[in-house]
Amino acid sequence: MQGTSIIPYLLSLVLAPLALGVINRVKAVFAGRKGQPLLQAYFDIFKLLRKGAVYSRTTTWIFRAGPVVSLGAVLLSLTMIPWGGFPALLAFDGDILVFVYVLGVARFFTVIAALDTGSAFEGMGASREVLFSAIAEPALLLGLVTLARLTSGWSLSTVLPGVSTATWIMAGASLSLLCLAWMIVFLAENSRIPVDDPNTHLELTMIHEVMVLDHSGPDFACILYGSSLKLWTLGALLANVLVPVRTGSAFIDILATIGGVFALAAVTGVIESTRARLRLLRVPHLIAAAGALSVLSLVLLVR
Amino acid sequence: MSHDLPPVHHGTVVPLSSVEELLLPSFRAAVVDRVAAGARIAAFFGAPDGPQSLRLCAVLADDTAGELFVAAARVHGDYPALTPDCPQAHWFEREIAEQWGIRPQGHPWLKPIRFHRSYRGGLDAWSRPDGEEIAPGVVEYFKVHGEEIHEVAVGPVHAGIIEPGHFRFQCYGENVLHLEIELGYQHRGLERRFVGGPDRRTIHYAETLAGDTTVGHALAYCRVLETLAGVEAPARAQVLRGVALELERVANHTGDLGALANDVGFLPTASYCGRIRGDFLNLTAMLCGNRFGRALVRPGGTAMDLTNADIDTILNKLEAAERDVAGAVDLLWSTGSVMARFDHTGTVSADDARAVGLVGPSARACGIERDVRLDFPDEVYRYAQIPVATWPSGDVFARATVRWLEIQRSLSFIKEQLRSICEGAVAIEIGPPAGASMVVSLVEGWRGEICHVATTDERGRFAHYKLVDPSFHNWFGLALSLRGEQISDFPLCNKSFNLSYCGHDL
Repeated sequence: MQGTSIIPYLLSLVLAPLALGVINRVKAVFAGRKGQPLLQAYFDIFKLLRKGAVYSRTTTWIFRAGPVVSLGAVLLSLTMIPWGGFPALLAFDGDILVFVYVLGVARFFTVIAALDTGSAFEGMGASREVLFSAIAEPALLLGLVTLARLTSGWSLSTVLPGVSTATWIMAGASLSLLCLAWMIVFLAENSRIPVDDPNTHLELTMIHEVMVLDHSGPDFACILYGSSLKLWTLGALLANVLVPVRTGSAFIDILATIGGVFALAAVTGVIESTRARLRLLRVPHLIAAAGALSVLSLVLLVR
Repeated sequence: MSHDLPPVHHGTVVPLSSVEELLLPSFRAAVVDRVAAGARIAAFFGAPDGPQSLRLCAVLADDTAGELFVAAARVHGDYPALTPDCPQAHWFEREIAEQWGIRPQGHPWLKPIRFHRSYRGGLDAWSRPDGEEIAPGVVEYFKVHGEEIHEVAVGPVHAGIIEPGHFRFQCYGENVLHLEIELGYQHRGLERRFVGGPDRRTIHYAETLAGDTTVGHALAYCRVLETLAGVEAPARAQVLRGVALELERVANHTGDLGALANDVGFLPTASYCGRIRGDFLNLTAMLCGNRFGRALVRPGGTAMDLTNADIDTILNKLEAAERDVAGAVDLLWSTGSVMARFDHTGTVSADDARAVGLVGPSARACGIERDVRLDFPDEVYRYAQIPVATWPSGDVFARATVRWLEIQRSLSFIKEQLRSICEGAVAIEIGPPAGASMVVSLVEGWRGEICHVATTDERGRFAHYKLVDPSFHNWFGLALSLRGEQISDFPLCNKSFNLSYCGHDL
């Protein structure tokens, strides 16, 4: 670990909500609207932080702990992502697994906080979230194993910087499949169309949004910030593979990854603008396809 | 023991003395047989007939013959329900029980629908004590029992800006076994406000009883008064009314297609249609100064006229809006992911649709040719036909397709009518309404058949006024469409019907 690693980490913390703004702006352009300000997510978070929170009498401390623990877990997972030529703040052999399961902890607390309300809606949302993420997890994990095999390391800090233009030339097919799989995971984990619709007001169709319906004020600010950080974390993971710019100049490398994440956000916006959401029954098929692609990318490598 | 009812022509005055009062068993048989032979119940209501007795009155519509039938019978208390033999009476009989405090015996699911006290003090179909407050929605619900069954309650407070209604789902996992819809949160007592009229307020009640169907209900009400006075609006006014009614249809259908796109998360059509709906509403505003068509239709004609320059402007704007809406809706049909959501979702079979008496686009999307503009043509529709749009599949796709077909056909109707509009006055003075008479007025609003039935006393005042919004027929169709569906598809199915809460609650 180097002291300078704090620079990309802080940049992530500051820039994450902007990615949401990029998605919304792209969607607005497609819809022929002016759209909300790019910085709207920041405004929302600060507005919510100044508000009070309402707690139902039927909830316990679990409900209050949920958003904070989830945000903490996402913050922790972000410390393991190296980008811009800097090693990650937290790096050790096997942090690949820890990374995936720290994200799992975030989800676990969101889910039990939702179940704690006893609401039928939140129960439905929780059940959907758990089902879908159970299918998405292998896709993410197997993808990481592919990279580990390719770069012979078990830490994100050796695996991700290990991907370079040379790796792409050597194992392009495998990496393409991997990126496709991770793109689907990226959409599913961040509750975007075609898996979930972050803009809907229809409780019965929601997945992620319905689980956080009862949270308000600073708790909801934590959730909003947490989900933008999650988008950034998974985006940076994918951008590291997609845009393997390793010039050695911190400035250019950082810019390349930031550009990669925002490009991903823009692609997400385009996907959301050009297709409808899947019928809920069909969502597992799509995520299972991501798993199959991950398996395939690993098979191509070990054959 | 069936009784042959004499046919009544739409748009004629029926002297009360000519409506034969049947004995209850023959009334029941007459209605049940007539419905079994293909007619449907357009209205079924009770009206007080002396301090102790009630007059039941059923208006039946035979769409293929284009004829109406009126059957009446006197009841003094509980009576054998029609619902077991004629399912489409079920909602009407719940209404009768609630309004007049008598029980249709043998009704399989007798619950209040609007949660108010009976109109006859002291009588209550559920023997609720007089002082007790009646809270809307606080009733027993149909329940499915079982270890893995869960119940989901939605509303009356919703996350979006929509009207209040309560939906109770019995689910097995994501599958809906049963949906029960409880309304009545917006009951304002409108039918009672018509009694004693017509006066200066009545037209405003008609215009605002369901805000998105202003022209439809105002037209039905004005036709009642004109028929009672034995006059018709001038030809130019009839055209303007027809144009306004079709503009209302086009605007609402466009909005609905956009909302359907929004509910499956397909943004382009959702945003475009939202704007184009506004374009059509603005055209309505050119007719009368109000985007929702208020203060246009008035007894005896219309309150506003168009200059030739106005007509040219409207035609030009109509062309532009038509191009835009065609482009926006075309995106829907050409996007596979949207069609995957619409196809085979929320299917209602034609048999079910007939049995529960669906009307409007919801019925036509089950392949049923049922359209007041064709079956009971009135005013301008007697001279210019709009082809009936149907689709056989009964699912969300069918309901969307029927809407799109109707948009296209209504637009060509509007253009044709405006191009060939005749000169002349747009309003005449109408005389006082005939006394001791009854009039049935049917209008094809954008949701389907609007039915107003007025009965006048000796002095020509409304003794009773029955309002039936198409939503009253169709809410149960929505419940049926959810059987065996995914609960996550409810919003989509709901939007494909897009029924009125206040039109039902009155």
